[in-house]
Amino acid sequence: MSADINITVIDREGQQHNLIAPTDMNMNLMEVCKSHELPVKGTCGGMAMCASCHCYIESAHVLKNPSEDEEDMLDQAFFVENKSRLGCQIFMSSDLEGLLVTLAPESD
Amino acid sequence: MIQTDLLIIGAGPTGLFSVFEAGLLKMRCHLIDSLPQPGGQLTEIYPKKPIYDIPGFPIVNAGELVDNLMEQIKPFNPGFTLGESATTIHKDNHGQFIVTTDKGTTHRAPSVAIAGGLGVFTPRRPPIENLTNFEQKGVEYIIRDPDMYRDKKVVISGGGDSALDWTIYLADIATEVSLVHRRTSFRGHLDSVDKVMALANAGKVNLITNAEVKEVSGSNFLESVTVHSKDGSTQKIECDHWLPLFGLTPTLGPIGDWGLTIEKNSIVVDNSLDYQTNIEGIYAIGDVNTYPGKLKLILCGFHEGTIMVQSAFKRAYPDKKLSFKYTTVMGGVGSLE
Repeated sequence: MSADINITVIDREGQQHNLIAPTDMNMNLMEVCKSHELPVKGTCGGMAMCASCHCYIESAHVLKNPSEDEEDMLDQAFFVENKSRLGCQIFMSSDLEGLLVTLAPESD
Repeated sequence: MIQTDLLIIGAGPTGLFSVFEAGLLKMRCHLIDSLPQPGGQLTEIYPKKPIYDIPGFPIVNAGELVDNLMEQIKPFNPGFTLGESATTIHKDNHGQFIVTTDKGTTHRAPSVAIAGGLGVFTPRRPPIENLTNFEQKGVEYIIRDPDMYRDKKVVISGGGDSALDWTIYLADIATEVSLVHRRTSFRGHLDSVDKVMALANAGKVNLITNAEVKEVSGSNFLESVTVHSKDGSTQKIECDHWLPLFGLTPTLGPIGDWGLTIEKNSIVVDNSLDYQTNIEGIYAIGDVNTYPGKLKLILCGFHEGTIMVQSAFKRAYPDKKLSFKYTTVMGGVGSLE
């Protein structure tokens, strides 16, 4: 059985949340945040079609490059930076132990 | 004034299927939707995406499901108010609800079912502080009359089909068109991308990539926008119009002010009975509602709509007896003029 990993999410008020995420449930970062009742809407359900899970990767973890769909969605988001990703496209795996992310500001 | 038996707000899958179930009970329905076409999220967000959990369909594309639902409800001849969003609701002297849209269309019905999904789709607005000062004074999110850009200087932002298509179209009629995009590749149709590149090479479009519009200015009407590039440089572009085309995003909208009990952006309903809200005669079905154990699934919306119409029938025809019949027994679904 795969082990759980520890990740840290900083919310939009700057509050730090230390979360334990399972790596054997095919969960993505958006879903992990929602299951901990963090203010991530996940409007489209994880299809990279709404950008409500837009976040910044603060730690030095090397993630898989964003897909064309994810890049396309980031085109329609605001406050996009080089470290921007969509949480729904980041799947929990053991190499993400210690991941640190900040939730991007909401627009509108 | 449009009179109907059941007024449905939202023409997504849940709203559409409710027309079918209401039709079996000979109830007339009318639907209101802010989008110009039926289908809700399925048409607007993911028409080409396959869905795997519709009973009886191992796989069906979202767009195809909407087409099928439209076909299924055709015999019941529902009315549609499309491209308008429901803004106000009140009860008249006869206990009927009057719902008025942002364009002033009025509807009257004994029951209202809110099948609003994620809410009203509205354009994504860039987070620029003084932007509202220039809305409709040079900043437009939706192009209603392309001719108003004739002989004007226009800046367009975005990287999708809408931004590309309008760049191509306006290149012919505006004096100057600039297209500003966050990165160098575009997500639109290849053909449109090629056309924009050709226009840029011919000097007919000023293409600015790896950049974003971050400032707008003008005295009363928009006079210029300032573009910030990824390399740190900035440039001011004089213009009459800026069209930020970043797609649509849903918000609960005016329904949030109707006095309904709302929890976490969803309308609380009685799931043990008929999906009625805290206001008698107003129901909420599909993704827009919440109750213990709620799942936001199309198939759950279908179920909720089916239960809801039984209750709405009693409000529309309090003196009639309702007897439930299977469609197989009916030998067809009947029709409504």
